[in-house]
Amino acid sequence: MSKTVRAPLDPQQIATLRAGDSVLLSGTIYTGRDAAHKRLCALVEAGKPLPFDVKNQVIYYAGPCPAKPGDPIGSCGPTTSYRMDAYASTLCDLGLIGMIGKGQRSAQVIDAIRRNGGVYFAATGGAGALIAGSVKSARIIAFDDLGTEAIRELEVENLPLIVAIDAHGGNLYEEGPLRYRQEDNR
Amino acid sequence: MREIDVSQIEQAVRDLFLSACCEIGEDVLSLLHERMEQEESPFGRDVLRQLIENDELAAQRKMPICQDTGMAVIFMDVGQDVHFTGGDINQAIERGVRRAYKDGYFRASVLTPLTRINTGDNTPAIVHMRIVPGEQVTLTAAPKGFGSENMSKLWMLTPSQGIEGVKDAVVETVGLAGGNPCPPVVVGVGIGGTAECAMLMAKHSLTRECGTHSADPMLADMEKELLERINKLGIGPQGLGGRTTALAVHIEQMPTHIAGLPVAVNMQCHAARHKTVTI
Repeated sequence: MSKTVRAPLDPQQIATLRAGDSVLLSGTIYTGRDAAHKRLCALVEAGKPLPFDVKNQVIYYAGPCPAKPGDPIGSCGPTTSYRMDAYASTLCDLGLIGMIGKGQRSAQVIDAIRRNGGVYFAATGGAGALIAGSVKSARIIAFDDLGTEAIRELEVENLPLIVAIDAHGGNLYEEGPLRYRQEDNR
Repeated sequence: MREIDVSQIEQAVRDLFLSACCEIGEDVLSLLHERMEQEESPFGRDVLRQLIENDELAAQRKMPICQDTGMAVIFMDVGQDVHFTGGDINQAIERGVRRAYKDGYFRASVLTPLTRINTGDNTPAIVHMRIVPGEQVTLTAAPKGFGSENMSKLWMLTPSQGIEGVKDAVVETVGLAGGNPCPPVVVGVGIGGTAECAMLMAKHSLTRECGTHSADPMLADMEKELLERINKLGIGPQGLGGRTTALAVHIEQMPTHIAGLPVAVNMQCHAARHKTVTI
């Protein structure tokens, strides 16, 4: 059974989530990937305000395809998260509570998730057409010049996610493969 | 000699990319179905179900399978008796790519590496052109996403490491990649040649019908053995654990230097897109 979660997130509810939980996420989230993260962290370093308050918000690591006429968005699956590891803990310490992406995170990010009571969700990589169906509207709110890498505010409905890393030491990217491993990779 | 107007190549390139980005091949789809039946992991089964649903939806709605519509990789075999007319063949290919990505509402994912300024139209294409006998042109479009491309590796092994060293290098590459390249993956392997040739063979092997084996019995056996070993790693669909880490292993080889044993591993996500046409 999937748990229903609304964004911006309620920290008390997030604290109940465990790695391996299936979640349907609805509400407002923000896209951001490599170039946008670099700019966000440059703003933080310069002591300038961010284009949106990240407190209790969710960033979705995604760069969508252009929308066809009549559609809110084009294909919109997750990108690989480790490339955002250099920036994520800075944002977590400012109150960012949720991240959506795919793939393993660094020890530094996992620690930031634990420290801040956050959560890292996995979306299904390569299911861009399917995921676009959960996006009801999209508008660019910052860094328009970055094209697909601009920050978009998305309204999503029942976006299917899995809790990959929780704030209590649970990590599905470690536990899942261990359950099925029959050969070491060395 | 046969004359081919470059506008025909432009149109073919456009049509191939429009099809490749939206319509997954039957080869991949049937392997996804097969693996879903066999997968023991509940997460794994659910991911495979979503991927099949996604691929069917994309084809039906003419939407990209994945938002990463990739760099536009093209393999082009040109018959030596062909004479291209009507302009520069290279520019015609670029026009074909530009039109496909615009007409298909595909993502412009290509930029200058150091300035990170986007070229805006997904050009340039990555073109591998060969001259072959005959008077035909065969074009293969293989849009390549970078979630998987980033997990590729070149190993310059020593001859003493031998066949076992080659196998271990391939398995280790897949193991290190974990969930990052969007498993279930197709693993392209190039053995021998020079450093750049090895990677080109690995890339080229990905254009083979997914899951078919090399005509060389020794390589075919190695493909089967490696697939089995890789699927014992436990990584599973999307790296969440399971028996389906790879759909196939494809290997190509060519002679190399007495001092060397190059092994290139080019990782391909489950959206193993490739379409071919002969003109």
